[in-house]
Amino acid sequence: MFNVKELKKSILVSLWFMFLTFPIMVIKVNTIYKTIEWRWSRMAWVGVGSFFLSFVWRALLRKKEMGMKQAEEGQEQKVPLTQKLIHDKRFSRPALVIICAFALIYPLVFSLYQVNIMTTALIYVVVGLGLNIVVGLAGLLDLGYVAFYAVGAYSYALLNHHFGIGFWTALPIGAAMAALFGIVLGFPVLRLRGDYLAIVTLGFGEIIRLVLENWNEFSFGPSGIANIPRPGFFGIQMNLHQVHTYIYYLMIGMTVFTIFVVRRLQDSRIGRAWMALREDEVACQAMGIDKTKTKLSAFALGATWAGMGGVVFAAKTTFINPASFTIWESIIILCIVVLGGMGSIVGVICGALILILLPEYLRAFSEYRMLMFGAVLIFMMVFRPGGIISDVRKVYQFKGLNETTKDQ
Amino acid sequence: MLELKNVQTFYGNIQALKGISLQIAEGEIVTLIGANGAGKTTTLMSVCGIVPPRAGEIYFEGQPIHHMPANKIVSLGICQVPEGRRIFPYLTVLENLDMGAFLRNDKAEIKRDLDYVFSLFPILAERRNQAGGTLSGGEQQMLAISRALMARPRLLLLDEPSLGLAPLVVKQIFEIIRKVNSENKTTIFLVEQNANLALKVAHRGYVMENGKITMTDTAANLMANEEVRKAYLGI
Repeated sequence: MFNVKELKKSILVSLWFMFLTFPIMVIKVNTIYKTIEWRWSRMAWVGVGSFFLSFVWRALLRKKEMGMKQAEEGQEQKVPLTQKLIHDKRFSRPALVIICAFALIYPLVFSLYQVNIMTTALIYVVVGLGLNIVVGLAGLLDLGYVAFYAVGAYSYALLNHHFGIGFWTALPIGAAMAALFGIVLGFPVLRLRGDYLAIVTLGFGEIIRLVLENWNEFSFGPSGIANIPRPGFFGIQMNLHQVHTYIYYLMIGMTVFTIFVVRRLQDSRIGRAWMALREDEVACQAMGIDKTKTKLSAFALGATWAGMGGVVFAAKTTFINPASFTIWESIIILCIVVLGGMGSIVGVICGALILILLPEYLRAFSEYRMLMFGAVLIFMMVFRPGGIISDVRKVYQFKGLNETTKDQ
Repeated sequence: MLELKNVQTFYGNIQALKGISLQIAEGEIVTLIGANGAGKTTTLMSVCGIVPPRAGEIYFEGQPIHHMPANKIVSLGICQVPEGRRIFPYLTVLENLDMGAFLRNDKAEIKRDLDYVFSLFPILAERRNQAGGTLSGGEQQMLAISRALMARPRLLLLDEPSLGLAPLVVKQIFEIIRKVNSENKTTIFLVEQNANLALKVAHRGYVMENGKITMTDTAANLMANEEVRKAYLGI
């Protein structure tokens, strides 16, 4: 491993990094005393650090390539450990029980603050699973997904403000409104794919935000809408702690419901059509799949979950304004799906929990959040391009030519 | 069974088909031969409704289909094997075949057809749980044909089944085409560049040049025709 060529490569890397970080790491200008401080020791640290990191980097790359080669040589595809654990009933059953039990006693054990951030994370799980339908299953890159989230939130806020409609009535209305907007977005982009689709959806997301920000008579502009009531429970008065616990359980219920529906969708005819559409549009049409209906249903069903998430978000925070629905939110949700593993439900849940909870717990490092975020994304894309838990679809067994099969 | 009347199809401003008329009777194998860019694939796309014609009429068993969306046309019993195979690379062989039966609901019959295509192409049965993209070119073509057969079409449209395949594999595939035609009475419309091979299999043929049909006759006569021999058979 320690041959001259490797050494030379690492030295070059460290020289390059020293050069790149020179302006920000070494020079420090004091504008008051008009002095320049040269911190050469820092340069040495950068050099040494990048030298060793480059070794680690290449070792990891080599390991990955070896793994790929082995998988190619072996007849059976190597199943990754995470997949094995998920599909092994001896492990997954008790794990599921533990997770459920943990989720149920969580508000009893932890503080209000913890419950609150967990609720936020669960909202993102639901919204992420919704985007997973559009991006992961149907393969339509949607960068304006937060627009549907905004539609849901504003549906509840405005309906409540003007007509006094309660949370439980607003939940289906918000979902339906979002689905409607999904179809409205879907129509003009039916012929678009890939980058073009991404640009148009990005524009759509921005249009919704700008309308909300500037149309004062309709949405109260940047000042937003305050005093949105929290969800009620048969008219019982609850204190702050109880209300947040209640929203938490509500979100748990909604997450379970979402997982159930998305799973059923994935294995259904329409789920199959989405996957086929993702892979080849012409072949899809030749097989008699209605392209228009399939695409629109992906947009509508994906948006539905964002709408519901938005309603809960509005009810939880009791205040919304357009600043909550910027492009950055779309990017976070997309990162949840991509980082977690496109098309994989467990992956998306993990992605949401990691991306939403970690920044909360690492508040001490909040200045470096973006730096770490970028680094994690790069590492993921190099070493695990399929996401934390990549999607392995159900394999249908087909036994012999003349035997009957159950799965088919 | 299928009739095209003065069909004109455009890609944007470019006219690819300049008034195509042809007829296919039930149980026939009809081939459409011609050079690159003559409009052979466009003809198939127009029949399928994927690139709908701007003018002219297409009738399938007397019913006009030129205004129908692609999925409706498939449900009538016209199924296409697209050029370049276009299988679903990340779906398994079995799932690919399942997509072919997308519009059908009769489980027992689907099962029978599955057994049938596996008997036509035993190699696919062996590879049924493999991703489509990992198959060889010949196997992919077999899969594409099988996938179309799973829709149980009455009219099968084949677009260049010999494209990029080894001669032995091509021979095998053409034998299957003949077999499907004689066993199931499936009418076949075959678009080919390999005129020699296509004319050997087909009953009748059409010759296409620059978006127009220039010649039509029985396959045997076309084979004997001096012009066709010069232009397409290289003899």
